[in-house]
Amino acid sequence: MGETIELEVTRYTPERDREPSRQTYAVPLRKDWTVLDGLNHIKDREDGSLTFRWSCRMGICGSCGMMVNGEPKLTCATFLFRYAPGPVRVEPLRYFPIIRDLVVAINDFMAKLQAVKPWIIREEEKALAEGEYLQTPQQLEVYKQYSMCINCMICYAACPVYGLDPLFAGPAAIALAQRYNMDSRDQGAAERLSILSQHEGIWGCTFVGECTKVCPKQVDPAGAIQQYKLTAAKKWIQGLLMPWGAK
Amino acid sequence: MKEAPAHTPYHPRWYRSRVSTYWWLGKWAHLKFILREISSVFVAVFVVLLLLEIWALERGPGAYAEFQRWLESPPLVALSLLSFFFVVFHAITWFSLAPRAMVVRLRGTRLPDAVIAGSNYLAWLIVSVIIGWALLGG
Repeated sequence: MGETIELEVTRYTPERDREPSRQTYAVPLRKDWTVLDGLNHIKDREDGSLTFRWSCRMGICGSCGMMVNGEPKLTCATFLFRYAPGPVRVEPLRYFPIIRDLVVAINDFMAKLQAVKPWIIREEEKALAEGEYLQTPQQLEVYKQYSMCINCMICYAACPVYGLDPLFAGPAAIALAQRYNMDSRDQGAAERLSILSQHEGIWGCTFVGECTKVCPKQVDPAGAIQQYKLTAAKKWIQGLLMPWGAK
Repeated sequence: MKEAPAHTPYHPRWYRSRVSTYWWLGKWAHLKFILREISSVFVAVFVVLLLLEIWALERGPGAYAEFQRWLESPPLVALSLLSFFFVVFHAITWFSLAPRAMVVRLRGTRLPDAVIAGSNYLAWLIVSVIIGWALLGG
């Protein structure tokens, strides 16, 4: 084996440990190896009990988000040689409860995601025979950036507001709500606004801006939330000035 | 804090870590955020000083001269300098964040961040010149 790099990996076995500990492994340092490749090498060759989530290895599935040297990263898109000579600290995503080793509980995020209704809502569905809901490239462009979200939860691990207040809806859920609000085919904006205009929704965000910096898909959740705030404020003023017209 | 329940196959014992009270000290971006939040206090200090000045003006030349002497005392000079630093910090960070919240589209394409931030600075400059002209030259 040629050059190696040390990975300091968080280990936690709920049946046995009171709290997580760290275990060090040496893995080959290859130019084309990512942190995920290093973890898979450990699992295949050194310690089959190491537990972590992964699937696609190409930044699509959003399963392999972990803390790498204290920063939330998609481990399949984070190359080991960037951290040479090491060591590289690999920990589970921050602010989430740890189930085992590098696996965190995602129940909270899934519930929040569902709460904001991230799907196209129509007041009345048109008949199948009438065809598709058409959209111009310009209309697509308006929300396309937000539709790139892969639900990797890296933005949650970067958001101190979520860490301090677990009730906060969080960056990805709000960005996805915005993705559907801005879709020309959608008619559910008012429905989502009533959910997200509460304190634990958009107003919980204090605009730290870290979610946008760490997003591996350049979704810009911080921007989505601020734009949402602007919309909510405009609606509120509209309701105040023209109570008869507000819905 | 309550002890986490023991592990059973149906109730796995999840490990939850607490966020440190000093979470904002670990990273420059977080510290900058907290400084920006604190800067609001100094923006308020500026407003209070302005209101006190107007109040002193209203009470006559004697009261105003006394107010000015009070402003020149070292603690007040220090407070003003500190407030000035924080207000400038607040303004600059505000303008650099503006492009995140403002999306302006021209013929379907989103204007670049620099244009949005630049136009905010330009508006600030124009308003400052108008106020300066009204106070000094007008």
